[in-house]
Amino acid sequence: MEFTEDQLQRYSRHIILPEVGGKGQKKILRAKVLIIGAGGLGCPVGYYLAAAGVGTIGMVDNDSVELSNLQRQIAHNTSRLGMLKVDSAKTTFEALNPDVKVVGIKERLNKDNIMDFMKDYDIVVDGSDNFPTRYLVNDACVMLRKPLVSGAILKFEGQVTTIVPGEGHCYRCLFEEMPPAGLVPSCQEAGVIGAIPGVVGSLQAIEVFKLILGKGDVLKNTLLIYDALKTTFRRVRVPKNPGCPVCGDHPTITELQDYDAGYCGI
Amino acid sequence: MEDLKIDKKINIKGLVCPYTFVKSKLAVEDLEVGQTLEILLDYEEASRSIPKSMEDHGQRVLKVEKINDTDWIIQIRKEKE
Repeated sequence: MEFTEDQLQRYSRHIILPEVGGKGQKKILRAKVLIIGAGGLGCPVGYYLAAAGVGTIGMVDNDSVELSNLQRQIAHNTSRLGMLKVDSAKTTFEALNPDVKVVGIKERLNKDNIMDFMKDYDIVVDGSDNFPTRYLVNDACVMLRKPLVSGAILKFEGQVTTIVPGEGHCYRCLFEEMPPAGLVPSCQEAGVIGAIPGVVGSLQAIEVFKLILGKGDVLKNTLLIYDALKTTFRRVRVPKNPGCPVCGDHPTITELQDYDAGYCGI
Repeated sequence: MEDLKIDKKINIKGLVCPYTFVKSKLAVEDLEVGQTLEILLDYEEASRSIPKSMEDHGQRVLKVEKINDTDWIIQIRKEKE
């Protein structure tokens, strides 16, 4: 394909980068990325992927826009209250960039539908707000060998890690089992400063671009922790665990399972 | 001096930065390593910035020449993908 004059202008700041160029921009335009969640993280991730021209962006979310979302979920707005988040995000992203096709998936993920949603995508981004989904997405990505860029936020903190199945750690190498529901913050404890998902989602978007372009080092075998109060980034080494129940040498989890959602999301 | 074989020519007169470099870089991408591109331009700043950026990107600048009151030609040999 050849770039149109509009595309040359729209993507000029990418094309002039040695690491991107015309070839890299074409990879971005052909890329298919699935984002789990159209909330705090899904909004900024989707925003930057759409701006960059990622050709197909899938978004999975079955929630509707609420007023309490708008302090951080930047793809939505006050006139969209009550609208499905995936429809709101699609409207925002396709208005930003007509090169992009946003596929809204208005479902809650479970062990029976996740593989089908993922199969057409190259890369998965986890912006979910609960542990059952996080573990389900991890296990499915390991089984399908799809790269997964995982992000999490709470209060003034954020975490990012990139899972490249077969090459590095997975989420269960890091935290083998889900924490018991009582250890997870309840709704009234789960505040988050509005710009935190912006920082973490932008880091996730950058990880996606590096995966698409095959450039740089992704957060493989590494957990990046951002502390906004101290203004520090900490890299924690996470080796692949040979005994990991899903990606280890002798996996004990060989099919997907659903977990009770006794958790309160943010 | 023997005449240089030019494999591709582009005319980017009327364009300004950064599109002068965008067009030049895309033209270099279309070449094979070892082939030569000739760029005709009329934006003075680009007569300095294109050679510099091409070298930064690992390509070889063979010639930068002002050919009349308004125009320059730049010749680039592709050294790497």
